Amino acid sequence: MQTLIYFIIGIVFGITMFKSEAASWFRIYEMFQFQSFHMYGIIGSALVFGVIIIQLIKRFQLKSIFGEPIIIADKEKSFKRYAYGGVIFGLGWALSGACPGPMFTLLGAGFFPILVVIFFAVLGTWSYGRLQNRLPH
Amino acid sequence: MNWIFEPWPWYIGGPMIAFVLMALLFVGKSFGMSSNLRTICAICGAGKSTSFFNYDWKSQRWNLIVVLGAVVGGWLGSHLLSNTTAVTISEKTITKLQGLGIQSAGNSYLPEELFAMEALQNPLVLLSLALGGFLVGFGARYAGGCTSGHAISGLSNLQLVSLYAVIGFFVGGLLMNHFLLPYFL
Repeated sequence: MQTLIYFIIGIVFGITMFKSEAASWFRIYEMFQFQSFHMYGIIGSALVFGVIIIQLIKRFQLKSIFGEPIIIADKEKSFKRYAYGGVIFGLGWALSGACPGPMFTLLGAGFFPILVVIFFAVLGTWSYGRLQNRLPH
Repeated sequence: MNWIFEPWPWYIGGPMIAFVLMALLFVGKSFGMSSNLRTICAICGAGKSTSFFNYDWKSQRWNLIVVLGAVVGGWLGSHLLSNTTAVTISEKTITKLQGLGIQSAGNSYLPEELFAMEALQNPLVLLSLALGGFLVGFGARYAGGCTSGHAISGLSNLQLVSLYAVIGFFVGGLLMNHFLLPYFL
């Protein structure tokens, strides 16, 4: 039952990524050229609702559908890892035009060369794991 | 209901993403896609040599199911729910991309010069996809999250560090888009 819920949420997410064109390399390129409001509208409106949803959950201490408290963990405080990691991610995002969610959506849509991106994203993640202790955080 | 088959405007896409965030929170989970890349490493046995991947990946199984859904959603979105998959980016962007040799701008969902099967025969294309993927995977884990984990989940939870990460995404993205990308196309 729970597996089915996760699966359906994933399907809704995948359809949204494809249909809103957030999974399109062109939309990412256009965003970094500041030539359309589209991507800023998507992220901005998601954030407006996201902030409200999380504030309501915290204010009213809402529980999950399984009756457990919803815990939203704070991120670890630091600067370097977010700045360095962020810039590296951004370089890859603008080159491949795909972030870690949409790259799987594109696979489903039948763009098989995205498998190269996915394979190397896994390799990049593995490389970070190997180098973690030697990187400034 | 015809709007479903048209490309969705931002004011549908954005709130839908917030809905996905809400749905995951209300089943006791969180919204973050790049963790799955770490889980894949763990499943492949990377935990044997690297402590970063030595954890009970089965606890992350739910997120792999979400990603599996995202794959199926991509198929549904492209094969059943679209009349056209051409992305109508702005005229200025089309002109700019055509100048860079991307003739498919405005006519397709992804640049055919990068994502058509034949394009893989071009070593430069292969390099671009590989390098792009590598940087996304490396950077997302280094920063502790990607667009979903920081730009949506983190910022929605008013996390200052997620703002650092998102500013980083844009610094890197602008650098690539404006200065480096022309060498890759």
